Amino acid sequence: MIVDAGWYMALASVLFFIGAIGLLLRRNALVMFMSIELMLNAVNLTLISAGRALNDINGQVAVFFILVVAAAEVVVGLAIIVAIFRRRATASVDELNELRG
Amino acid sequence: MAEPIIFVLMALAAIAGAVTVVVARNPVYSAMGLLGALFSVAVLYVVQLAHLVAAVQVIVYAGAVLTLFLFVIMLIGVDKSETRDEKLPFQRAVVGGIAGVVILLVGALTLFGDFVWVPAAAPALNPDATNGTVQAIAEPMFTDWVLAFEATALLLTIAAAGAIALAHHRRSPT
Repeated sequence: MIVDAGWYMALASVLFFIGAIGLLLRRNALVMFMSIELMLNAVNLTLISAGRALNDINGQVAVFFILVVAAAEVVVGLAIIVAIFRRRATASVDELNELRG
Repeated sequence: MAEPIIFVLMALAAIAGAVTVVVARNPVYSAMGLLGALFSVAVLYVVQLAHLVAAVQVIVYAGAVLTLFLFVIMLIGVDKSETRDEKLPFQRAVVGGIAGVVILLVGALTLFGDFVWVPAAAPALNPDATNGTVQAIAEPMFTDWVLAFEATALLLTIAAAGAIALAHHRRSPT
């Protein structure tokens, strides 16, 4: 007995929206980054489930590329957060308002 | 069989971890919640025969990315950024309402709706076709998707160089 792909999709959408809520509600740049990781992970779960339901291995290959891009994104993003913190001593995105017109 | 039981347990664990990421005051707890969610999703990958992806998920995400997060939390300091309260006068209520509607909608569609999540589904599940061994992943990756593979290699190199350039500490800022 297997679980239908729809249940995996439902779980992935719930995870994605929890991540989206975190991105909207939290002002700590690090927690916002973790929420983005959560959303990327939910999308990966949909790709795996859809690939399984369609008997296609390419879903798993796509997840691989998403993992690589996410890793690169985390590296650059955390470097930016550290650089900002060095200059401003804050990790809150609300205090970074130099570009406000 | 065991798949429904594993799915329910790991789905609950993943949602609990995800909620911990969002609601925890301390970023270290958020990182631990993310770790739990990533591990649970990795178990769901194994259930769906994506063995190599699950292993990479644990090694890259839970190993490398989470360690990087914890290092940056340690570097930045936890207490300094979180003792201030976040000024969000009405956003919480709005986002809470949207989230409630969306979760209710997804639940209703899953439980009661006649909703096709994966269109044009193959007639029968063929586990051999999607058994995610190293060989099965490598064959399309190095034939059909070799250009994307090279592009991601270039991207990783650029990201590493960019991170070094960003984090490079100049002794005398001009």
